[in-house]
Amino acid sequence: MYQMKELLIDDAGRKELLLGNEAIVRGALEAGIGHGSTYPGTPSSEIGNTFEEIAKDYGMYFEYSANEKVAMETAAAAAVSGVRSMAWMKHVGVNVASDALMTLMYAGTRAGMVIVAAGDPSMHSSQNEQDNRFYSLLGNIPMLEPTTPHEAKEMTKYAFDLSEKLELPVLVRTTTRVNHARGVVTFDDLEEPDDQGHFEKDPARFVSVPQNARKNHPRLLERMEKAEPISEESQFTKVIEEDDPELHVISSGAGFNYIQEAKEEYDLPISILKLGMTNPLPIERVKDYIEEAERVLVVEELEPFLEEKVKALAKEVNPDLDIYGKESGHFSRLFEYNPDRIKDALADLIGFEDQAEPLSPEEYELPSRPPSLCPGCPHRGTYYSVKQALGDQEAVFSSDIGCYTLGVQDPLNTADFLLCMGSSVGAAGGFSKNTDQQVFAFLGDSTFFHSGLAPLVSGVYNDHDFVYVIMDNRTTAMTGHQPHPGTGKTGMGEPAPMLSIEELAEGAGVEFVETVDPYDIEKTTEVFERAIEHDGISVVVPKHPCALIEQGEVSWEPYQVNQEECRQCHLCTNKFGCIALVREGEKVIIDETQCVGCGQCAQICPFDAIEQGVEE
Amino acid sequence: MKRVDLEIVGVGGQGILTSSQVLGAAALEKDLDVYMSEVHGMAQRGGVVVTTVKIGEEVYSPLIGKGDADVILGFEPIETYRAIEQASKKTWIVTNTQPMVPFTVSVGNEEYPSVDDKILPSLEASTDRLLGLDAEKLAKEAGAAITQNIVMLGALTATDVLPLSKDEMIQAVENQVPEKFVDLNLKAFDKGFDRTKELIESK
Repeated sequence: MYQMKELLIDDAGRKELLLGNEAIVRGALEAGIGHGSTYPGTPSSEIGNTFEEIAKDYGMYFEYSANEKVAMETAAAAAVSGVRSMAWMKHVGVNVASDALMTLMYAGTRAGMVIVAAGDPSMHSSQNEQDNRFYSLLGNIPMLEPTTPHEAKEMTKYAFDLSEKLELPVLVRTTTRVNHARGVVTFDDLEEPDDQGHFEKDPARFVSVPQNARKNHPRLLERMEKAEPISEESQFTKVIEEDDPELHVISSGAGFNYIQEAKEEYDLPISILKLGMTNPLPIERVKDYIEEAERVLVVEELEPFLEEKVKALAKEVNPDLDIYGKESGHFSRLFEYNPDRIKDALADLIGFEDQAEPLSPEEYELPSRPPSLCPGCPHRGTYYSVKQALGDQEAVFSSDIGCYTLGVQDPLNTADFLLCMGSSVGAAGGFSKNTDQQVFAFLGDSTFFHSGLAPLVSGVYNDHDFVYVIMDNRTTAMTGHQPHPGTGKTGMGEPAPMLSIEELAEGAGVEFVETVDPYDIEKTTEVFERAIEHDGISVVVPKHPCALIEQGEVSWEPYQVNQEECRQCHLCTNKFGCIALVREGEKVIIDETQCVGCGQCAQICPFDAIEQGVEE
Repeated sequence: MKRVDLEIVGVGGQGILTSSQVLGAAALEKDLDVYMSEVHGMAQRGGVVVTTVKIGEEVYSPLIGKGDADVILGFEPIETYRAIEQASKKTWIVTNTQPMVPFTVSVGNEEYPSVDDKILPSLEASTDRLLGLDAEKLAKEAGAAITQNIVMLGALTATDVLPLSKDEMIQAVENQVPEKFVDLNLKAFDKGFDRTKELIESK
């Protein structure tokens, strides 16, 4: 297989087929990164996974921070100490880090600092599809928008230089089809990593008390003015020319790929202005481009970020210009683009006729296939036990971000409310104060360290009353099994103190703290029964390693349904719902290719019909 | 050289990422341009996986338009069906016929249409280029059910749509899979290749 260590090969001109996220890492290595920090989040996670593999060999420092805000702050400290740094996160991670980021922009940095914010149009793995380009306006952050893995590498590398020139952090804003696209990337020379920095004190700049902030704010605006001519000259702007075009196009980000492909493939009479640096916008370049145009189409995913600016500039230089995009209805503000959405817009604007004739066989109602908890997942035992403990009692299930969110599906239905990382806990407190319903908060171990502590403390202080379930599967499972403060291992692969969730809860003043193995359904149910009875916050820690990790270490014999004993009550499929339990008519069988032999279902069968090693 | 667009569909855990990466590596080895899109994160947990691989002299985007795929490589029959809009009459539809039943069906909420009575006949009725094979069975014959992704790569190679020869594909499999599993995977590749050649000849 392709090895991540190949990213450390110092061989300019070498070509590799890289994931966008790996290309970003390579760009940082070519810039001599000294510090990297993150909290994992799709679609940015593989940046961290890659640094985890290579940071030591390269000679830099890398950490999984407890959350994105900490990642931002550690990277900021590195950069003001003269060490090139990068912090990366998914788009909503920037919300967490934004408190630090907005003020960091005032003081600025010294060595280059790059922030990668990975957006997720269409919400492949996210709770929203917010357009993070607006952070560049909110914080006055210089911004680059790569379109391909290769450009992601080039822009990341360049962003360090730009950051140093402006003494400001630079935002590299990506989307899923850049981070999780794989393309040919050409290497440049590797740079030596920035080693130990030294912090030169300058409190007038770096201590943001009001009198200093009042000086830093105008300085930030001056630096952004300095960025304007740089944007005008940007190597990442290009025009794909056309003699006497029927349509002008302005585009940035992943959407550019599809319009460029349409032009090249169908030889369309359009010209394209592709923008790379979109804050500050190269205003003169855009004005020049639209000045003589009659019609311009703006191709950008999500919000009309460029479109609004093009409209404002057209008022100055070409008030008769017809501008198409979101407002004209040619594009939507929803979801990612693809070749078809581009073709539809072109059909209306230049009469493009798509020759493709998609097959349309007889339509059948196809069953949906949403993602689901894996066979052997300990969360399933936890949820089943909670339901058992509740019996007929109604409860509100306040859920969180992680694999356990999949409890929202049938037949578990253990998610009623979800906003963001850590929201389960604060919301549970709110439900407990404002309803007379029994309340549960469900979140995982990594999410607990990320943002489960502050609402715990707040809840103890304010006498909230709910069962706080910290589902400890010993890893950050959903994003690909990264270590966290409870795992005893750092991102550099070094041993670390293994923080105890139970001791932290006790330290916060929680009186009821119990740990249980969720593979033991009876014991887990009994613990939940007592936790429900307890007044105030009761913390339950169902603790069992993620099945995907455990299956790499142990191997159990799959279970089978003894058809002579099975009474076809379907409790296992209707209430427990492991995906290895398959209905064939009235019969239930176990798919032996999926069953991992965890034995949870065997415990819930009222007729003891699920056994190991039975011939059917 | 005309660009070749492949849509590879199936279910998380079927080894789709590995097969698309083998394909990409083979193309890069031949100095062709490759652009792919992959699925990572939440969707991998037993959900639908759609991966695209586009190979040519210069490839501009990672996604495929409706009717534009040259091949749909389906690892699961209803997932092949779900992706059918990407196909037109010219498209080879190479599909595993062995279902993976989603939990929405096993809990009794939804129904899985019969592969033999509904899915395959209605595909047959709309195209001459359907190639259905039981990849799981062939993989087991080769020695391990887990090699069905390589069976499917063998099947893909047999369509002759790729700008890559059988030898070049075999070389990529050898390079990309762990050394101790090379023989097993090459056997799986041949199983898929031979079965698909038979299917094409019988057309």
